[in-house]
Amino acid sequence: MFATYLGRELGKRRRQTAIIAIGLALAVALVMIVSAIAAGVRDAQTKALEAVYGVGTDITVTQAAAAPTDGDGGPRMQFDFGADAGTSADGSREIATTRLTPAIGSTAFDADAIRTAAGVDGVAAAAGGLTLQNLSFSGQLPDIQQRPEGGEQGFAPGQGPGFDVGGGADGSGGSSFGIESFTVGGVDVAQPTVGPLASTTVTDGRALEASDAGAEVAVVDADYATTADLAVGDTIEVGGTPLTIVGIAASTSTSGAGADAYIPLDTAQALAGLDDQVTTVYVQASSASLIDAIATGLKAALPDATVNTQAELASTVSGSLASASSLITSLGTWLSAIVLAAAFITAILFTVSGVTRRTREFGTLKAIGWRNSRIVGQVAGESLVTGLIGAVAGVVLGIVGIVVVNAISPTIAVGGQAAVGQQGQGGFPGGGGGGFPGGGGFPGGGSFAAASSSDVVLSASITPTVVLVAVGLALLGAVLAGVFGGWRAASLRPAAALRTVE
Amino acid sequence: MYELSGVTKTYRKGSSRVTAVAGIDLTIPDGQLVAIQGPTGGGKSTLLQLLGALERPDSGAVRLAGDDLAKASDGRLGRVRAETIGFVFQGFNLIPTLTARENVETALVPLGVPTQERRSRAEAALAQVGLADRAEHHPSELSGGQQQRVAIARALVKEPSVLLADEPTGNLDEGTRDEIIGLLEGLWRERGLTVVIVTHDSAVAARAERRLTLKDGRVSG
Ligand SMILES: Nc1ncnc2c1ncn2[C@@H]1O[C@H](COP(=O)(O)OP(=O)(O)OP(=O)(O)O)[C@@H](O)[C@H]1O
Ligand SMILES: [Mg+2]
Repeated sequence: MFATYLGRELGKRRRQTAIIAIGLALAVALVMIVSAIAAGVRDAQTKALEAVYGVGTDITVTQAAAAPTDGDGGPRMQFDFGADAGTSADGSREIATTRLTPAIGSTAFDADAIRTAAGVDGVAAAAGGLTLQNLSFSGQLPDIQQRPEGGEQGFAPGQGPGFDVGGGADGSGGSSFGIESFTVGGVDVAQPTVGPLASTTVTDGRALEASDAGAEVAVVDADYATTADLAVGDTIEVGGTPLTIVGIAASTSTSGAGADAYIPLDTAQALAGLDDQVTTVYVQASSASLIDAIATGLKAALPDATVNTQAELASTVSGSLASASSLITSLGTWLSAIVLAAAFITAILFTVSGVTRRTREFGTLKAIGWRNSRIVGQVAGESLVTGLIGAVAGVVLGIVGIVVVNAISPTIAVGGQAAVGQQGQGGFPGGGGGGFPGGGGFPGGGSFAAASSSDVVLSASITPTVVLVAVGLALLGAVLAGVFGGWRAASLRPAAALRTVE
Repeated sequence: MYELSGVTKTYRKGSSRVTAVAGIDLTIPDGQLVAIQGPTGGGKSTLLQLLGALERPDSGAVRLAGDDLAKASDGRLGRVRAETIGFVFQGFNLIPTLTARENVETALVPLGVPTQERRSRAEAALAQVGLADRAEHHPSELSGGQQQRVAIARALVKEPSVLLADEPTGNLDEGTRDEIIGLLEGLWRERGLTVVIVTHDSAVAARAERRLTLKDGRVSG
């Protein structure tokens, strides 16, 4: 009788049942989606942190750029195209020229700093690094007899692969030229565990070894090798000198800190004309607990330098993710709470009003001897089944929602500020993806990657716990509605059966 | 056997009080068919609620087979209703989502009758009121008279010793009214029930052994 009566009543009150169930289902789905996304953000955070901590460097020492004195080393890259540059043919000149300079945001300073750093208490190892940008220009320019005013043409770095200028102002033929740019990391081959190479793994060929010091060899980043179509055995021109590629290495850091090509430090210094100069000193602490003390020591020993610890960098990376995470979580939690409260209130009100409408029915049952507990059980049972329907529908809806979120795969930008980087001059906005509310940008700028931020793809995942919690919430709503409805039913007097008016 | 002495029932509605039953002394022997008449608001339904263990009086005693319902607990009143008293209402009060048979079965639910027996007893009760072929119909598929027959079957399926009916023909036309009264009368004769019928209809009252008139909460005649 219990089941028959229950089923018939739910069937008859289909609209009320549907409204309560849909409300609970929406709440359940929302709770699932929000917690899945929050979990996804936490995962991304962990990954980003692992990437940062994976680097074998605890502290980096860099130097803030001094105000440019003669335009050299400033962010504005200049090429000299003298009348003697290039060869003349058909009224235009073929030009190929290369510049190898410290990367944007990097400043070269005396390598004595390495020895100074190594002497600071608690330092286990200190290695120098030279972060360079190789800009090459090639193409044709109209043969202009007289050098234009100033004789210089300036190009902003990092511009696209090439552009055409159709026809000179004097009508003396068109120009076509391209600019290519890649980053070069000069690394201490004697200390491969300190510095940017520590966060790479060799995928082809071999790594740089101590015996490579001064040799014209390079290890190329796997992504760059794919882009530039390079393989082991090929050569790569750095500063106009072809270097033999001995290995391909993949970056294990998702934080985008890495060069396109790694070459021995002394080779880099020679090619860039920066003898005994570095842009970064990578410091490894003998104990993690000493890092703060070492940083203080380094600041004292190298007053001009900028000292960054892993913790600071990590907190920048994870901090931004944490704020994204907390934004999503608090936004989502509020939304969930509101929808949940609305669903609960709807369930309770509808159930109570449903019971009130059945006053005569329950009064009659009481009049023929049904106990209160049986009637309350009937009301609670109806409510619970409604809650179950809502829970199942909500879980299905939630899974669909999570699948949709994963299909969109929103990204969160993680600034390219990694262990090997230095505080970037001028941040760049991280590309917030997919209209995702947390994907804010934040300043970055690594010494090895002047303009790379890595996007962490959010994957919202469904865990059994989340499903259980969601189902539990739907049932809680149903139980609450059942309690209120049952309480209302229990308070009805059996004499209500005699109220004749329906 | 009902023995009522000094029974009063007062309703409070806001600040005003209405004395629905104002000191009734009344004895109804077992197996009697009593008709209660009287003007509207005279306290007929209230008295029936007191007889039917739906309400407790404010004062006085309502003894049923020696048991004072005025002093019984809610649980005890519920058991009395489930076991001893059959109710028939003016509005039939069938549960619309249940079939005729299932409606009759609801009366056996509080007695803990097993499913199979419940079913066969319900079918037998429906057969007795002439609705064997309507057992699987829902109330909305039955005429008023048929619905009241189902309600009578529901009241009698538990084999109570008392049948209380509050204007059982109030919602029925004359022909159906006579049919229902005939049925109740037949069952009364057959089973030796104590029957109390509240009615406005003198034609119905005329069939009773004993007639009482309730006016301003007091019995006259
Ligand atoms: N639950 C209640 N609350 C307040 N007053 C009530 C209640 N039930 C009955 N009354 C009042 O008690 C008085 C007697 O009512 P009762 O229903 O017993 O009369 P009745 O004789 O059955 O009338 P009718 O012939 O119209 O059915 C009436 O004045 C009525 O308004
Ligand atoms: Mg009445």
